[in-house]
Amino acid sequence: MKPRACLVSVEMVTPLSSFHTGEAIPLREIPNLSIAEFRTAILSAVSSTCSLAALFGMPGENGHVRLIAVVADSVTNSLSILSTKVDQSYPCLTLECPQAHWFEREIAEQWQVRPEGHPWLKPIRFHAPYRSGNSLSSAPVPGVTDFFAMAGPEVHEVAVGPVHAGIIEPGHFRFQCHGEDVFHLEISLGYQHRGVERALVGGPGKRTIHLVETLCGDTSIGHSTAYCEAIEALGGAAIPARAQVLRGVALELERLANHTGDLGALAGDVGYLPTAAYCGRIRGDFLNLTAALCGSRFGRGLIRPGGVGFDVGKPLVAELQQRLEAALKDVEDALALLWSAASVQARFEHTGTITRETCEALGLVGPAARACGVERDIRQDFPSGIFRFAQIPISKWPSGDVFARAWLRWLEIQHSGAFLGEQFASVPDGPILSPAGPLLGDHLVVSLVEGWRGEICHVAITDADGRFARYKIVDPSFHNWMGLAIAMRNQQISDFPLCNKSFNLSYCGHDL
Amino acid sequence: MPSLILTRLRQGKRTLSFPETEPVLPERFRGLPMLDQARCPSGCTSCADACPTDAITSNGDLQIDLGRCLFCPECANACPEGAIRFTSQYQLAASNRNDLVLTEGETLQLAGRLAEQTHRILGRSLKLRQVSAGGCNGCEADVNVLNTVVFDLGRFGIQFVASPRHADGLLITGAVTQNMRLALEKTYQAVPYPKIVIAVGACAISGGPFRDHPEVLNGSDSIVPVDLYVPGCPPHPVTILDGLLRLVGKIKESRATPQVAAVLKPKETG
Repeated sequence: MKPRACLVSVEMVTPLSSFHTGEAIPLREIPNLSIAEFRTAILSAVSSTCSLAALFGMPGENGHVRLIAVVADSVTNSLSILSTKVDQSYPCLTLECPQAHWFEREIAEQWQVRPEGHPWLKPIRFHAPYRSGNSLSSAPVPGVTDFFAMAGPEVHEVAVGPVHAGIIEPGHFRFQCHGEDVFHLEISLGYQHRGVERALVGGPGKRTIHLVETLCGDTSIGHSTAYCEAIEALGGAAIPARAQVLRGVALELERLANHTGDLGALAGDVGYLPTAAYCGRIRGDFLNLTAALCGSRFGRGLIRPGGVGFDVGKPLVAELQQRLEAALKDVEDALALLWSAASVQARFEHTGTITRETCEALGLVGPAARACGVERDIRQDFPSGIFRFAQIPISKWPSGDVFARAWLRWLEIQHSGAFLGEQFASVPDGPILSPAGPLLGDHLVVSLVEGWRGEICHVAITDADGRFARYKIVDPSFHNWMGLAIAMRNQQISDFPLCNKSFNLSYCGHDL
Repeated sequence: MPSLILTRLRQGKRTLSFPETEPVLPERFRGLPMLDQARCPSGCTSCADACPTDAITSNGDLQIDLGRCLFCPECANACPEGAIRFTSQYQLAASNRNDLVLTEGETLQLAGRLAEQTHRILGRSLKLRQVSAGGCNGCEADVNVLNTVVFDLGRFGIQFVASPRHADGLLITGAVTQNMRLALEKTYQAVPYPKIVIAVGACAISGGPFRDHPEVLNGSDSIVPVDLYVPGCPPHPVTILDGLLRLVGKIKESRATPQVAAVLKPKETG
């Protein structure tokens, strides 16, 4: 049984209140702590069962930067939000809390606040800082940084990217190798940085939902659901039951399509072509179900503040149900081959292993974490919408290797398929939209969604007029890129494509 | 082994017979938008006001720029009179940027074949290097799909290759970020002549939803000359395939279409 003493509290200071996902909180209720209290609160919470869902900066008073932390407690299903004021520097959290590693690099890059003592302080997106009045005003050159290096007579370095050999997004990878063995992989991103978070400030406007749908295109449903839940909390909208079901359906269809595609790609990476060919096609069958709902294979236009943009009639539900069953049968058939091929299992097992301890220290999320035996899933821990009523069992597997990450996807395909079957059988009647009103001013809301890659966290903070003063997006990839780097240690460099695909992280969702 | 064969039989043959047979698209698919200005109430700007990328101009003649259009439902939802609606026409690719700007009643001039000399070299075997340069990975996903058994791109002699030095051209997706500018320029330079460039998706054509962000360059033709524009956000795979096949002359229009001139090796000058 998990220990319970996790809820953040700062002794002798204000006891911190706990909040829920999708709950609007007046900014004045968010405690402003000293940096010492802020650090202690985060460190003590994360050392038990809490995780750091977000840690970011925003403009504070008098040119200072306000740091905001969202700490998620999966035992009490509640969130704690704390803030502090910093100027040029503060003592870093990363040394004691590796979960903060990427967040603190982002804070340093965006706001020019130095987390003192950070062991790995370099840019993550290579853009000009958001804070004005500082000497460094021009953007750094992408990929030019102080890479981790090794020396020795037989040590060599392999550099890959940003333009890769396949049809994939750009990123730069540096391997420190000894023969075929990888000692370390360093991942340098930012090539997809197109200023999404910066452009959201001052919104919502007519382009906002489209920026959210395209901040990570293969997770359009996941991110637009998180965004809409934030807007609905701030605008006081109660989502009709019918819309909640359709949102849940869309989210699980997105998971089915991507998990199926990933399993096909994993098969392809070990040269097992039958499953690669079948799954490549079946992935499209799932995407086409989403297109039947809203006209777009990626669910563009489906999730809208207040509900959903498209309704379904009985004939369409019946058709979707029938096509879903056919696709699920096909995917089971295609994967049966994969699981029974000894040559595939030999390549999947004991490749790219991450221990549960490392997984928890890094704060990995989603299938990557559940494949290390960690029971962590927003649909169970912080459910919203339909997931408060229809529980999807959490899948997990203990081995932490490529096999675990593959097998976990198959377990999730079965659970999502069963969930969809239940939902199609009982779509409630009623409206599909209940428009949100004007947004509350000076409020903050956190919304969490379990996207197919894992925990999606959006934090919306409004100014006095109800416009976004800051809109923070944490894609699951933001937590997990370091996991891929660690999984490659002591692996053969030829296993990189396999390890990479077993995580299948987003570049654009990270780069924003 | 028996299970492999049985599965193969169960999974069946799934390759579309496109372009011989028309593809079946979802009923709600949003293809070429249709304008009907007669229905516009005077002075109404609802559709233009709703458009997230300002693809529609409504003062004077109603006009839509398919290069900016995200094919989202906002304009059609905003119009009280049904003056703008999406049809199921999936053929959208054009040879010239200006061809994508349409007013009412204007027919979209679809892409033409490569010019004779280039077609002789590239028409039967076209190798492309894909460059993802600042988008959402949606276009990349639906380009990748062309390699599945459903579309089986290889049967048309078109293939994606791992190096620009093995390629006849680039297929670019994304708004072209400042951070990808150099990589894109270098990749283009590495492609041998004659070379072509295909811009896929609203981002690569105009910057898409990221248009005018200081972090992006509003599409690929700010950096390299583009020979084929495929609109959409993302374009449906069949829209992309249709564009590619028009370029290599494997879909023939009855009417004359302009020919696309690839970039030939510049003459040595001094």
